[in-house]
Amino acid sequence: MTEIRNYTLNFGPQHPAAHGVLRLVLELDGEVIQRADPHVGLLHRATEKLAESKPFNQSIGYMDRLDYVSMMCNEHAYVMAIEKMLGITPPIRAQYIRVMFDEITRILNHLLWLGATSLDLGAMSMFLYAFKEREDLMDCYEAVSGARMHATYYRPGGVYRDLPDQMPKYEPSIFCNEKETAKRNANREGSLLDFITNFTDRFPGCVDEYETLLTDNRIWKQRTVDIGVVSPERALALGFTGPMLRASGVAWDLRKKQPYEVYDQLDFDIPIGSNGDCYDRYLVRVQEMRESNKIIQQCVKWLKANPGPVIIDDRKVAPPKRANMKTNMEAMIHHFKLFSEGYCVPEGEAYAAVEHPKGEFGIYLISDGANKPYRLKIRAAGFPHLAALEEMTKGHMLADVVSVLSSQDIVFGEIDR
Amino acid sequence: MKFIKKLFNIFFLTELLKGLKVTGKKFFAPKFTVQFPEEKTPTSSRFRGLHALRRYPNGEERCIACKLCEAVCPALAITIEAEPREDGSRRTTKYEIDLFKCIYCGFCEEACPVDAIVETRIMHYHFEHRSEQIMTKDKLLAIGDKYEPMIAKDKAADSIYR
Repeated sequence: MTEIRNYTLNFGPQHPAAHGVLRLVLELDGEVIQRADPHVGLLHRATEKLAESKPFNQSIGYMDRLDYVSMMCNEHAYVMAIEKMLGITPPIRAQYIRVMFDEITRILNHLLWLGATSLDLGAMSMFLYAFKEREDLMDCYEAVSGARMHATYYRPGGVYRDLPDQMPKYEPSIFCNEKETAKRNANREGSLLDFITNFTDRFPGCVDEYETLLTDNRIWKQRTVDIGVVSPERALALGFTGPMLRASGVAWDLRKKQPYEVYDQLDFDIPIGSNGDCYDRYLVRVQEMRESNKIIQQCVKWLKANPGPVIIDDRKVAPPKRANMKTNMEAMIHHFKLFSEGYCVPEGEAYAAVEHPKGEFGIYLISDGANKPYRLKIRAAGFPHLAALEEMTKGHMLADVVSVLSSQDIVFGEIDR
Repeated sequence: MKFIKKLFNIFFLTELLKGLKVTGKKFFAPKFTVQFPEEKTPTSSRFRGLHALRRYPNGEERCIACKLCEAVCPALAITIEAEPREDGSRRTTKYEIDLFKCIYCGFCEEACPVDAIVETRIMHYHFEHRSEQIMTKDKLLAIGDKYEPMIAKDKAADSIYR
């Protein structure tokens, strides 16, 4: 009789369902998972170390590239940590803009998650529908910052520029005459805020469609219900945050528990699940999109009514207006000083965390009084989730690894950082 | 009653048919695809694409080699060398941007006190040989000369916000 031993399988790093560059070493007994060992580090770019070698502001762009599907939320934690150390508060309009873009980012992230997850589990068209709506949000990103993804828009003390009064428009072409182009541009006639209003009016209907396709679908339910169950106690013990924790039934959300910016003035609910399985995580995220939509609507309403400055009027932290810089000697000196040396942050340490679409994304900064961080530590939301993969998949079938992994919403930019 | 309803749903595939109704509606809905080479999606005037060096209307190059962009560049993609020109004015002798290093953060444009280095809305470009990604001063000035009307319009549109 031959010796029976478990079969070891390499899942990734080139597996289409591995969400990037995860190498998962699976030990299988037949088709049942005995051990799941995630190997991380294939996307390591030393962001933490890089940040130690440049002035504070220059690392903002690298924060976008951590979790590259929720760009502005990463920036937000970083600039909040700096603001904490400097002891400055951004103008209220900047706070509303940040909250609005955080929620736009949340929808962006959850849409990508929904599209990718349903693609992993065999629902092709969901991917396309989700990406169609993402396109409009990407246009918001581009209109405000100039880049569709890596925005570099938040600054310590506010945001770089105010929201534009115009949206870019489609040009007529041989495929699309004037009349059809006008139809295409219908939602782009007004300002960015009008464009976002149009989106938020339309979006709940889109979510309804996604739900029609998935929520009751028997195939979807067979793939997700009772897969990767995490009890509330275990979820807390494993360090889960965000939708992963809420799906297990723990109502923990930094936006409610430790409100930052203007979240305490906005009206929204925290969806929580009951079973802590993949299906609940799906439901929580879908509901979160609806809540985010509500928050965006409130922010748009406030922003339309209240113009004002979007960055702090402190020349030691924020650069002067360009027109001023070109005529005023002192402003010019501040401009040169800020863009060459940056600003020095008082000695000390700070931890700032935001409710990132994936969970708690935190930045821990230590400053020795120089113009660069002495140490920057990133608390990636996805890391504890991935660490729990073995516990979540043990005893499940091979195909369930895909649903558990995608329900965790893993992005390697932030895990490997 | 609930049980009968459940049985009905199971045997008549109601939720799958509802899903099919959605996909069917999308199938016949007008297409929103953009026919790429002929049509382009709109880009905002703030778009951060290929770099360009601008000139003043009288043909004099704007860049005064203050090296702020070199200092602020997070990716260390910009290299500048400078010395006084024959007429005594300070100008760059070498201005290079390595586009493989560049992360298109827009800090160079933000830092430039004379609006010399700008990021344009040009996004379709490619390189065919090694070292072509290094944008020399001549290449950057050529882009600036070629697209000056567009650049001037974009920067004017955005100047009220900056």
